[in-house]
Amino acid sequence: MDKYKLIAENITVSYNNIISVKNITMKFKANTVTSLIGPSGCGKTSFLRCLNRMHDMNKNVKVMGKVVIDNTDLYLDNMNPIYHRRKVGMVFQKPNPFPTMSIYDNVTAGLRLNGIKNKKILDGSVENSLKLAYLWDEVKSDLKKPAIELSGGQQQRLCIARALAINPEILLMDEPSSALDPISTQKIEETIMNLKNELTIIIVTHNMQQAIRISDYTAFMYLGKLIEFGETKKLFTAPTDPLTAKYVKGFFG
Amino acid sequence: MFMELKPPHNLFVDKIFKIIIITSAFYILILIVYLIIKLFLESGPIWQEIGFSFIINSDWNTIEGRESFGALPYILGTIVTSIIAMIIAVPLSIGIAMFASYMPKESHIILNFIIDLLASIPSIIYGLWGLIVFRPIFVKWFEIPINSTLGEHMWLFSGIPLGLDIITASIVLAIMIIPTIASVSREIMKSVPLQQQEAAFMLGATKWEIFKFAIFPYAKAGLVGASILGLGRAVGETMAITMLIGNATGVFALPKSLFQAGQTMSSILANEFIEASPLSLHISALIGIGLILLLFAICINIIAHVLVVRMLKVREGLINI
Amino acid sequence: MIDQNEYDKQFYQNIKRRLITNKLIQIGVFCSVIIALIPLCSIVFEVFKNGINAISIDFLLDVPGSIGSGQGGIGPAIQGTILLICLTSLIGIPLGLSSGLFLYEFHDNKIAKMIRFFNDVFMEFPTIILGIFAFLVIVLTLGYFTILAGSFALSLIMFPIIARTTEESLKMVPVTYKEAGIALGLQKWVISVRIIMSAAKKGIVNGILLSVARIGGETAPLIMTILGSSQFFHGIDSPVDSLTLRIWRLSLLPYDDAQTSGWGSALVLIFIIIMISIGIRYLFDNNIRKSIKT
Repeated sequence: MDKYKLIAENITVSYNNIISVKNITMKFKANTVTSLIGPSGCGKTSFLRCLNRMHDMNKNVKVMGKVVIDNTDLYLDNMNPIYHRRKVGMVFQKPNPFPTMSIYDNVTAGLRLNGIKNKKILDGSVENSLKLAYLWDEVKSDLKKPAIELSGGQQQRLCIARALAINPEILLMDEPSSALDPISTQKIEETIMNLKNELTIIIVTHNMQQAIRISDYTAFMYLGKLIEFGETKKLFTAPTDPLTAKYVKGFFG
Repeated sequence: MFMELKPPHNLFVDKIFKIIIITSAFYILILIVYLIIKLFLESGPIWQEIGFSFIINSDWNTIEGRESFGALPYILGTIVTSIIAMIIAVPLSIGIAMFASYMPKESHIILNFIIDLLASIPSIIYGLWGLIVFRPIFVKWFEIPINSTLGEHMWLFSGIPLGLDIITASIVLAIMIIPTIASVSREIMKSVPLQQQEAAFMLGATKWEIFKFAIFPYAKAGLVGASILGLGRAVGETMAITMLIGNATGVFALPKSLFQAGQTMSSILANEFIEASPLSLHISALIGIGLILLLFAICINIIAHVLVVRMLKVREGLINI
Repeated sequence: MIDQNEYDKQFYQNIKRRLITNKLIQIGVFCSVIIALIPLCSIVFEVFKNGINAISIDFLLDVPGSIGSGQGGIGPAIQGTILLICLTSLIGIPLGLSSGLFLYEFHDNKIAKMIRFFNDVFMEFPTIILGIFAFLVIVLTLGYFTILAGSFALSLIMFPIIARTTEESLKMVPVTYKEAGIALGLQKWVISVRIIMSAAKKGIVNGILLSVARIGGETAPLIMTILGSSQFFHGIDSPVDSLTLRIWRLSLLPYDDAQTSGWGSALVLIFIIIMISIGIRYLFDNNIRKSIKT
């Protein structure tokens, strides 16, 4: 039981009463990388955003089901998700650094929110996180620079560093490389492979090659339903569902 | 041969059309320049007779032969009432603007409706309400208790609490500028990209911390602009203040206590302009006050405008959204 | 990586304070809405409660009686307000529409940007200044108080509003409309007026109604232009009355009857303004109608 880090049970998501994710149950093992693939609009992102209650932002979205992290259900009524959100980092599709803050302040934003003011800890965390995100060498001399002066690829890696700085146990990534150039993408993928030792990573990707390269498990979703979920190798070479077979061979999507 | 190539008749209509819209647009430029020149010329006598000290004098004597005029009490009256109104209205308005994000989307229509309704009530009705409904309640429950306990020790609360005073006028003024500040602040906050808020939310921020980390830093200039826009409204507001401030003149109008009658630039214009005989020094003193008021309003609104417009431009560029 | 235990300790030390702060702010936000609602409700309630007692056919049609007699009505004031609105619209709407069209047609031009800026600043001018301006330009020149001066002053409030709302709604019209017109070889003014303006009709009408509601409630610039009167309109060379001026005059009188009449006038005024600004506006707006239905 406890080898599963994160369990999502019977998740259903509806926007204004239109259902976009139908009754999905998935279990994620600790220290693995799981890819969610599927044509656009199939509910990958909606599902991913359930895993740290991101949908609380939008009052028009209803989520039903359970998300269990470390034996606690995130959707219990008396549960404040803040306690668990610091265990779950998230990287978004488009880079979104805080534009008015410097690089340093961006990375430490999460820690400062949680009340850590010790400069030594903050400094260490900045160096560590930026190194993990492969950004340290490019910005180490100029940490006070406003974050918006970085290029798009650098901004995205800054966002990864920012998510890593809160020391998460799970990292959710929503097509993180869609805004990046191939070299940055490669660096990000290396980062993901390295992080696997410490984190559980769930990544939404549009790029099947990327899924094959980095993930241990892959889930294929279509029209809000989970079609197939299994080891990456098996899913791509010997899919059990005909729909999955068609998708991975590139017949649609 | 070549005669046929001249522009066809209907381009003539186009030309006239163009001339009409260009003239009507330039109308406003001419108007502003003419307005300022006119006020300056008509207030000429006061600048010749009294000069610059018109701004720092406090006497106000309209009796012919013994005339002396000073605008200081009214300038201070405008500043004091506007500042008190701002202190009350800005936090409330920003609270109202924040309220939208605590509610599902459908309720925004209700909030807009409330703001629209508050904004569409004419100044004179606020004045009437302030005079007949608000004043007795306020005097009974606020002014008399405070005055009888603190009045002797603090100059701020001294005087006779009648309700026709600076604090009553300022509070009604605050109610009147809330819709302006709240609706502009709401637009400004809405312009903050959702991704910014998501970033803070992901890091484990509470609702308030989302405002503190993602919304306020981003919207700071615009919110200041919205408040200054409200200040502009407060400075120009006339009728409700005229009905509530007690209309003191001369040295008696120098604001000393909250519970004392005062006078603002706009209220003295409303009260005395029609009584002053044309071509007298009195009327040019009033026009001089009008000119000062206009300059106040222009400066405030230019600052507000620049801040708000710059803020709303920021959302288009800067970060690649 | 940072020390997890230290991090946890800090987190649990702070979380309570953070959640309480959050709750307090939330309470503050809800309170501020309620505080803003109190005067709104009170004004609407008082105007209806006190105003309804004053309303009668005689009150709406008669001239004011002698001061303190408790008789008479606000006929001239209603007539004056309606006349003012009509006359002002006659000046203000064409001017506003054409300068809005100018701002749209020349939107990137430097001069247009300047005019837009002045327009926005002019919109916020204290209205009493515009009254003084109208007094100096018209009343002093003609030698009598006149509805013309009042309408001129109000048109200065009206046309910048119409210009800006017209520009904004013209900008909403897709460029393809204009391109289609050009492709058909139509004249420029036909494209602008017949195609683009009629496509943006709803927004423009909204802007006009907004400005009409605004000038209907103006008082300050009328003090020194139309002066107020207790008789019906009888020529452009004599003072006229308006509802707002009537309310002001009544509020200065110490009699209870005057107060009641004041509330009655306020009810009529609010009725006119709400009919114009809120009622028709929300009726026209299809989006809002739809969302109310669902």
